[in-house]
Amino acid sequence: MEALTHRTQLLDRLWQYQQAEGFISQEAVKACAQDLHLSEIEIEGVISFYHFFHRKPAGKFIIYLNKSIISETKGYARIKEAFEKETGATLGGVDPSGLFGLYETACIGLSDQEPAALINFYPFVRLNTLKVRQIIAQLKQGVLPENICDEVADHIRYVPDGDKAIFFRDYHPGKSIQRLIDLSPEEAIATIKQSGLSGRGGAFFPTGLKWQLCRDQPAQPKYIVCNADEGEPGTFKDRVLMNALPGLMLEGMIIAGYAVGAEEGIIYLRAEYFWLKEKLERVIARFYRMGLLGKEPGGIANFQFDVRIQMGAGAYVCGEETALLNSMEGKRGEPRTKQYFPVERGFLNLPTIVNNVETLCAASRILELGVEKILQTGTPESPGTKVLSVSGDCLLPGIYEVEWGASIADLIEKCQADDPYFIQISGPSGECISMQEKDRSFSKEDLRCEGSVMIFNRQRDVLQILSNFADFFKSESCGICTPCRAGNFIIQRKLEKIQHGLAYEEDLEEIKKWGKIMQVASRCGLGKTATNSLVMSLAKFPEYFSTIIEKNADGLNWNFDIERATAEYERFKQ
Amino acid sequence: MGKEISFTIDGQEIKAFEGENLVTVAQRNGIYIPSLCYFEHIDPPLGSCRVCTCKVNGKTGPACMEKVYSDMRVEVNTLELQDIRKAVTEMMFAEGNHFCPACEKSGNCDLQHVAYEMSIASARFPHLFKDRLIDYEPKRMVIHHNRCVKCMRCVEEVFTDDGQRVFSACGRGNETVLGIDYEQEAKLSEEQALSAMQICPTGAILVKGQSLSLPFGDRAFDLKSVQKNREKAQEVDYGSDITTLEKRTIATISLAGCFGCHMSMLDIDLELVDLLDLVEFNKSPLNDIKEFTQQCDIGLIEGGCCNTENIEVLREFRKKCKILVAMGECAIWGGLPAMRNTISLEECLEEAYLNSVTTQEGEYTIPYHEDLPKILDKVYPCSEIVKIDYYIPGCPPSAEHIWKVVKNLLWGKDYSVLYAEFKYD
Repeated sequence: MEALTHRTQLLDRLWQYQQAEGFISQEAVKACAQDLHLSEIEIEGVISFYHFFHRKPAGKFIIYLNKSIISETKGYARIKEAFEKETGATLGGVDPSGLFGLYETACIGLSDQEPAALINFYPFVRLNTLKVRQIIAQLKQGVLPENICDEVADHIRYVPDGDKAIFFRDYHPGKSIQRLIDLSPEEAIATIKQSGLSGRGGAFFPTGLKWQLCRDQPAQPKYIVCNADEGEPGTFKDRVLMNALPGLMLEGMIIAGYAVGAEEGIIYLRAEYFWLKEKLERVIARFYRMGLLGKEPGGIANFQFDVRIQMGAGAYVCGEETALLNSMEGKRGEPRTKQYFPVERGFLNLPTIVNNVETLCAASRILELGVEKILQTGTPESPGTKVLSVSGDCLLPGIYEVEWGASIADLIEKCQADDPYFIQISGPSGECISMQEKDRSFSKEDLRCEGSVMIFNRQRDVLQILSNFADFFKSESCGICTPCRAGNFIIQRKLEKIQHGLAYEEDLEEIKKWGKIMQVASRCGLGKTATNSLVMSLAKFPEYFSTIIEKNADGLNWNFDIERATAEYERFKQ
Repeated sequence: MGKEISFTIDGQEIKAFEGENLVTVAQRNGIYIPSLCYFEHIDPPLGSCRVCTCKVNGKTGPACMEKVYSDMRVEVNTLELQDIRKAVTEMMFAEGNHFCPACEKSGNCDLQHVAYEMSIASARFPHLFKDRLIDYEPKRMVIHHNRCVKCMRCVEEVFTDDGQRVFSACGRGNETVLGIDYEQEAKLSEEQALSAMQICPTGAILVKGQSLSLPFGDRAFDLKSVQKNREKAQEVDYGSDITTLEKRTIATISLAGCFGCHMSMLDIDLELVDLLDLVEFNKSPLNDIKEFTQQCDIGLIEGGCCNTENIEVLREFRKKCKILVAMGECAIWGGLPAMRNTISLEECLEEAYLNSVTTQEGEYTIPYHEDLPKILDKVYPCSEIVKIDYYIPGCPPSAEHIWKVVKNLLWGKDYSVLYAEFKYD
C-alpha cells in the first residue's frame, strides 16, 4: 500500500486493513504510525474508539446485530440465539473455525424492518430463525453476503396531499442548482433565511444564519460537510432520503458550497450504511458526467465543486458535528470544546458547514420550489414538512413526510399504532411522550423532533426501554468528560437497582438530581441529554413507577437482597 | 496581553487583562476554583474534568474554557455550583478505585486535595468497583488504571524527544482507559518520566524506584488550605459549661473494619475523662457491652458490611440509635476491605485459603459452616444497608474530628473541623 501522507486518510486506510484482513494487525498499526510519524498508541487510540475496527481476527463474515430497543422488542433475543446456534460463535466473539464473528452494535438504521443484521455490512432484514438458518447455511457454502442480502425497502408511507409534499415528489437532477445561475451567493443565503429552514439533525440552528457566518469568515478554503451519520436509535430518514433522493442531497451541498464559497464537499457516511456507499458513488459519478459537479456545475460560472465520501467506523457520538470533524481528521471522535464553532474553525481548523442530509435536501427544494411555496405549509416558526422515521408497535412502520404542526395523534392514526403508551421522539436523547400529550405537535414551537419516533404499546416495560437507553449512552459516551463518562455508568447501575426491585423513592429523586448535574456539566449534547427521557418518564408515567417503587420509611432498606448477595458464597457449602 | 478590563466574580469587582484565563485570574484574586485538567500552558484548555464548572452570564460551563472580557458576570460560589463541582469530583471517586490510605500519592494528590478543599465527606454515588489493571510493563513507570481520572494532561504533555506521544486515550465510554506506548515510554529520560508523574493529578502514573513517601505533615496538601476563608467558625471551648449539658448515650461498633477508628477515638487522651462526664456508652467494644440496653442518641459505625452478621448488627444499630454516623472510609464506602470488590468472591477466597504462597496443598478448605456468618459477594458501604445520617471521613479520622462531630450532633454546638483534620488517610 502507498504510504499515507496525511492524517485525514487514516480512517480510510484502517478500513482497507479491516476489510482485507478482517482485523487490523500490529503490522498495520506500525505502518500507519510510521507513515504519519505518530506513536503506535495514537493509532491504537483511534482504532479503539470505533467499534467496527477490530484488533483481533473478527471472522470472514462479520455479523452485527442491532441491540436497539426496537430490535429488542421485535425479537432480538431469539435472533441472537439463532445466530449463535447456526454459526457456533458466541456473541462478542468468533466461532472456532474463524468463519463467523458475531457482535452487537447500536441502531443500524433499519428500525422499520427489525430484527435486522449487517453481515459484512450488507443488510439482512425481517429476520426469523428459519431465515437465519438459511443465510448461515448459504454463507457456509461459500455464497457471498452481497449476493443474498436484502433489498432494503424505503417504506414511504405518507406524503401530504395536494402538492404539499416537499421531499418526496418528482425529482429532476440539476433543477435546484439551476436557480443559482440567477442568484448571487448572498441572495441564495437570503432565500434560505426567508424559508425559515433550521437544522434537521435535531439542533434546529437556523441554516441561513449558519451559512452567513461561514461566508463571513475570511479563511480559505472552506468545506461543506454532509452529516450522514444519523445514529440516533430509531432514526432512518436520512437512509431513505439518500436511497430515494441522493441527487437532492448533492444539490443541497452544491448550493451550500456556492453560498459560502466552498469548493469541496464531504459526505460523512455512517459505516452502518456501507451498503449505500456504492449507490452514492454512482450518483456522484453521474453528476460529474452530467456536468452537475466539478468545474462550473450546472453552468454556474466561476464556481467549482467536488464531492467525496468519508466513511465513519461506528461511533454514535460522531453525529455531533465537532466529533465528526475530529473523526474526518483521522482522530478519535471526541467532541471538541466549544471555543470555536465549525463555521469559524471546522475541518482542519478551516471554516466548515456541517449540515444534516435532510437539511441539505430541504435547501435544494427551497431553491427549486421557491420560498413562497415553502411558507404556505407548516407552522410560522417551522415552515415546510418534516421527514419522520416511525418504528415500534404500529402496523405501518416507515417514513412519514408530515407538515410541521402535525400532532402525535395524527401520526398514531396514520401509522395505525395499537394502544400506544410510551412514545419516544428524537431517539433516546430526545423526549418521551405519554398519551396525555397526544395533541402536542411536531414543530419548532413544541416538539422539536429530529426524525425518530418510536412507539411502544402498553405491553412493553418502560424500565426495559429506559435501561436499553442507559446501556446505549454508557457505551457510546466518548469518555472525554467526567459527567458523561462516569455519570452514564452510574445511572445505568441505578436502573439495574430499580430492575432488581431494590429501589426506593429516594433513588428516583437521586436520578433527577444526578441527571441535572450531567446536563449542565457535560461537554457535549450526548451527556447533556442522556438522562432527559429517564427524568421525564418519572413525571410522565407516575402510575408505572408507583407500582415498582416503595417508601423506605424506617431507613432499614429491607429491599436489600441478602440472598443475591450471598449466592456466590453458598457455592462453597459442602 | 490585552487591555485592562474589569468584570465581576460573585459580585466582587475583578481587574484583569482581556483574554486571560478565568481560572488563573480567579486564583490571583484569592477566589478558589478547583480544577484537575487545567494547565496554564495547554492551549486550548482540555476541558475534560469539568471540576471547574461555574456560570458566566448565567450559563453553566467550565471556567477553564473562559477568557475574561469586560463586564462578564461570573458566579463561582453559589450553593448550586458548589454542589455541581462536588458532584463531578465525587463521580471520579465513584468511578475509579481510589484507596487513599494505600496510595503512594496520598497527601500529594490533586484529586484528593480538591476534595479536601470542597469538604467532600462521602461520594453520593455508588462506587462502581470496575476491575482495572495495574500495569508494570513500562520500563520506568507503573500505571495504576484504578486511579486515572482521564484528565488527558499526560496525553497532551508527555512527548519523547522526537515529538512522539507516549500516552493516548483508548477505548470509549465507560471502557475508556489511558493507553501507554511502551516503546515510546522506554525512550523517556528519568526526568521526563518524573515530570509525567508530577503532572498526573492522581497516583495513576508512578515512576519505579521513586519513593513519594513523606511523613504526615510534610506532604503538599496536608496542613493548609489554599482558600483564605476556609476555617470559618471558631473552636468552641466546651470545657467550661460541661456540667450544664445533658448526659447522652453513645453506642459504637466495628463491622468490616480494623478497629483503627476505635483506636483513634481514644486518641483524645485526657479529654476522654471529661467526655465520660457527658456521655455514657451503651453497646460498644470500648466497654464490652454486647447487647443494647436502651435507645441511644448516637451510633458510631466503623467498617462496612462484608457478611450477614454485619448487616444484622447494622440494622440493629439503626433501630436503636437516633442518629447513625458512618465513621471512617470503610463505613462510608467500603474502604480497604472493598479492594476485593473488583474481583469475584470465589477468586478472592481461593487466593486467601487455597492458593496463597504460605498454604500447603490440601491444608485448608474455604470455611463454610451454618454457625458462621455468610460472606457477601462484595463489601457494602453502610449506606446501602441502612439510612446513614452523617459521615466522618478518614482512615482513621482524627480523634478531634470524631468528637467534634459527635459533640455537634449531640448538643448542637458549632465546631470547625480544621483543614488539617479532614483527611482520607
